[in-house]
Amino acid sequence: MAEDPSVPPARGITRRALFQGAGAAAAARALLGATPAGAEEGPAATPWRTQGPGAVDVALRVNGAERTLRVEPRVTLLEALRLDLDLTGAKPVCDRSQCGACTVWLDGRTVHACSVLAVEAEGREVTTVEGLGQPGRLHPVQRAFVEEDALQCGFCTPGLVMSVAWAVAQHGPGLSEAQVRRACAGNLCRCGTYPHVLKAALKAAGQGG
Amino acid sequence: MSREVTYRVGLIGPEDLVARHPALRREITVQVHDLDADPWPVDAALRWVGREVPRVDGEAKVTGAARYTYDVHPHGLAFAGVLGSPHAHARVVAVDDAAARAVPGVLAVRTFAGRRVTYAGQIVAAVCAENPRALDDALAALRVEFEPLPAAVTTEDALAPDAPRVEPGRTEGNLHAPPEPGNRAAVDEAFAAAPVRVAAEYRTSVQTHSCLEPHGCVAQVHPDGTATVWASTQATSFFARGRFSRELGVPEARVRTLTEHMGGGFGSKFGALEWDVIAAGFARETGRPVQLMLPRRLEHLLGGNRPDSIQRLELAGTADGVFLGLKGETFGTAGNGPGGAGAANHSVYRIPALWMRQSEVATFTARGAAFRAPRHPQGFFALESLIDLYAARLGADPLEVRRRNDPHPVRQAQWELGAERFGWAAARARRDAGPLRRGAGCAAARWLNAGRPPWQVDLTVRADAGVLVANAAQDIGTGMKTVLAAVVAEELGIEPGRVQVRLGDTRDPAGPGSGGSTTTASLAPAAREAALRAREALAARLAEHWGVPAAEVRSPAGGFEGPEGRRASFAEACRLIGDEEVRVQGTRRPNWAGPFGETAGCQFAEVEVDTETGVVRVLRVVAVHDAGRVLNPLTARSQVNGGVLQGISYALYEEKRLDRALGDMVNPTLDTYRILGLADCPRVEVLLTSLEAGFNNCGAMGLGEPATVPTAAAVANAVFHALGVQVRELPMTPARVLAALEEAPR
Ligand code: FES
Ligand code: FES
Repeated sequence: MAEDPSVPPARGITRRALFQGAGAAAAARALLGATPAGAEEGPAATPWRTQGPGAVDVALRVNGAERTLRVEPRVTLLEALRLDLDLTGAKPVCDRSQCGACTVWLDGRTVHACSVLAVEAEGREVTTVEGLGQPGRLHPVQRAFVEEDALQCGFCTPGLVMSVAWAVAQHGPGLSEAQVRRACAGNLCRCGTYPHVLKAALKAAGQGG
Repeated sequence: MSREVTYRVGLIGPEDLVARHPALRREITVQVHDLDADPWPVDAALRWVGREVPRVDGEAKVTGAARYTYDVHPHGLAFAGVLGSPHAHARVVAVDDAAARAVPGVLAVRTFAGRRVTYAGQIVAAVCAENPRALDDALAALRVEFEPLPAAVTTEDALAPDAPRVEPGRTEGNLHAPPEPGNRAAVDEAFAAAPVRVAAEYRTSVQTHSCLEPHGCVAQVHPDGTATVWASTQATSFFARGRFSRELGVPEARVRTLTEHMGGGFGSKFGALEWDVIAAGFARETGRPVQLMLPRRLEHLLGGNRPDSIQRLELAGTADGVFLGLKGETFGTAGNGPGGAGAANHSVYRIPALWMRQSEVATFTARGAAFRAPRHPQGFFALESLIDLYAARLGADPLEVRRRNDPHPVRQAQWELGAERFGWAAARARRDAGPLRRGAGCAAARWLNAGRPPWQVDLTVRADAGVLVANAAQDIGTGMKTVLAAVVAEELGIEPGRVQVRLGDTRDPAGPGSGGSTTTASLAPAAREAALRAREALAARLAEHWGVPAAEVRSPAGGFEGPEGRRASFAEACRLIGDEEVRVQGTRRPNWAGPFGETAGCQFAEVEVDTETGVVRVLRVVAVHDAGRVLNPLTARSQVNGGVLQGISYALYEEKRLDRALGDMVNPTLDTYRILGLADCPRVEVLLTSLEAGFNNCGAMGLGEPATVPTAAAVANAVFHALGVQVRELPMTPARVLAALEEAPR
């Protein structure tokens, strides 16, 4: 299947990662302590590792800083970020990859942190909305969100900011409205900020965000 | 105590509309309280009010720095959750919690054995644990024995003569009918004489609020006998009342409630609810801060419902489009208690003969709750649809029919403006031959509120010219903090950036709950009065400093002037404060009688319907609204967008579906209960007809609710125009569209 470059990868688990055995299915099996039968022989198969059920050390690289946590392997990246690292920008809303409020970047690609285990993020680069920019030194996408009022209650906003920032990074100044719509198709907003999100995205892209 | 002020009120803009409607400006005389600020006339030159001031908490929200209730993690935080009944009606025979208590990390368990549950999701047990995983394990380990009882979960099932009763002894069964209005004979007479009559039955489904931040709170009892609660609420000032503080074991006056940021309520988050009270009990019992936030499934089940409706309406009119009468019988369920399930469907147009009975039906489902413009979207969908049916019968333009019967002078101008910008005539003239059909529809909006007393706003100024404005009311995302900053900045002649606004903390004066679109219009005038007090206080200090009589110090915008060319900027005047602070209060005074009445609005929608799949897409919406004086067009447009998009979502997607036999919700997730996403989002053009309304010193009225009143109706009328047949049940799902097409005459 030819990949449409404007379509963001499936969140959380990519199809390839699933076949490689590095996705949530594998992690869940690791959790149960089961030894995989007939180790998946996909290209560059990730070696199996059994972790848990007790707490394990996980070394995360979050917003450029090394952080080591001790968590049960079933702890999601979202819980680890919010409770262990006190990075509460990513929000828990559906806990099932249905709303996008918990969107963060894993190695520069958007994922739903509610549906990635903390242990899966080991050795990968995690970027949260806090890492994108801070009050006083906003990322261009964040600045455009404020200027265009692309937020109301704001609970969906960190997730939308991460999806839009991904689209802007991906497509640059030529970012089209259709690409924004696709990049944010998994981000629900109950307050109805979408029209202003579109404006903010195109503005940020136009300014070389 | 008061002075007479005569000033010009009315339409502020857009300019060409003002020029075409001179009658929308007039002079009125009002009694202004001695301590209140003079109202701004319609043509006042204002620097911040009415300008696009970006949200003051925008940076915090886009960087994740904003802390919502869900984000508050005091040291030692424990996690609580509840187990809901899978049955709509059952007796809880026994709860075995031994295994749950044995889960490592469990701190406390509560069970409700013996309880008769009357809706799925009703709480039968609760757990408090060290961490979310122990909580999940313990909830899963609870064993509950139910004795299932017969239930009726839909409005129609509950009306059946042999339906099980929500209130067992009630002789009228589940029907709560008001007494029949006495004028039936007169209305029947008007109908008999009417040349044209149209009748139809319309239905709407239960909609869940689907706030992204779920309901819940974090409660903490301190060793000194005080308590702190962070609550995701629309009524911070009243959250800890009654049962909640009793369960905490701390008198309400010693409970501090905080709602700095709030992730959506839409009417469903007023007082503390049952799970909040449970959290309070756990906080007392464990001595730990306790967080209880509902998971999504329970949020859908318990978080609140917009009641459904069955509306049988009949409209009578002349052959040239004048309404003569309306008869209607409606039924709706607000869950297991009556209240709020009526349909507002007769409130906009001149209708001389009116007979309307609105009954409510108790069902074995969770509570209804106020939902953005309660009763209005459902009622407007039915009546506005019936009006289009009437217009079609006459072969008349439905917009012209509306305008003939609409008594509101502001809405008359809005119809005109909206039709122009929408391109109504061209959109209605369009005829499509293929399977994709376009159509255009419109509908009216109204609302009632201009805010009200008795609130107070605190304002503090310090020597460094920093200004703090404070009230315990919450900004639920409307942008109220920003509006208050702008109003105070306007009065003091400083930049809004100099004004910090603290909301959602009960240490400050109590504020209104965010309901009825009243909050901004209730508080902004009080904030303005507080700023006037601060200006006077600074002038008094300057007078003393200059050694001149206080009456000789004037305060034009941004500074102060005294005799003999003395001048001081706001910052210079503030320096005189020294180590003290200037602390003043403004009061919300009673409203004057604004001459234009209710808030008005109207919306136009264009849709495209695929007649082969039944899929409806909304292509564009033009929304025309006033909100009294629009204090911040940027955040106001956001609110209108929100109302429109929720309305489209309601019209096309949202339906709480219940298993009719078991009574549980079959779609309690955000992929099966669909709300509108960016991919579905049409182009929305918001036209604000700002109006100095003459009710208060800011001219403000409410906006959040009217913006969602007409949307579903306008979309439905556009679908009718596209297909030539009405889809009379919301949401207009593909199946319902195809079914309507089946029945259509070819
Ligand atoms: S919370 Fe992760 S997608 Fe909804
Ligand atoms: S701003 Fe409230 S959910 Fe998007």
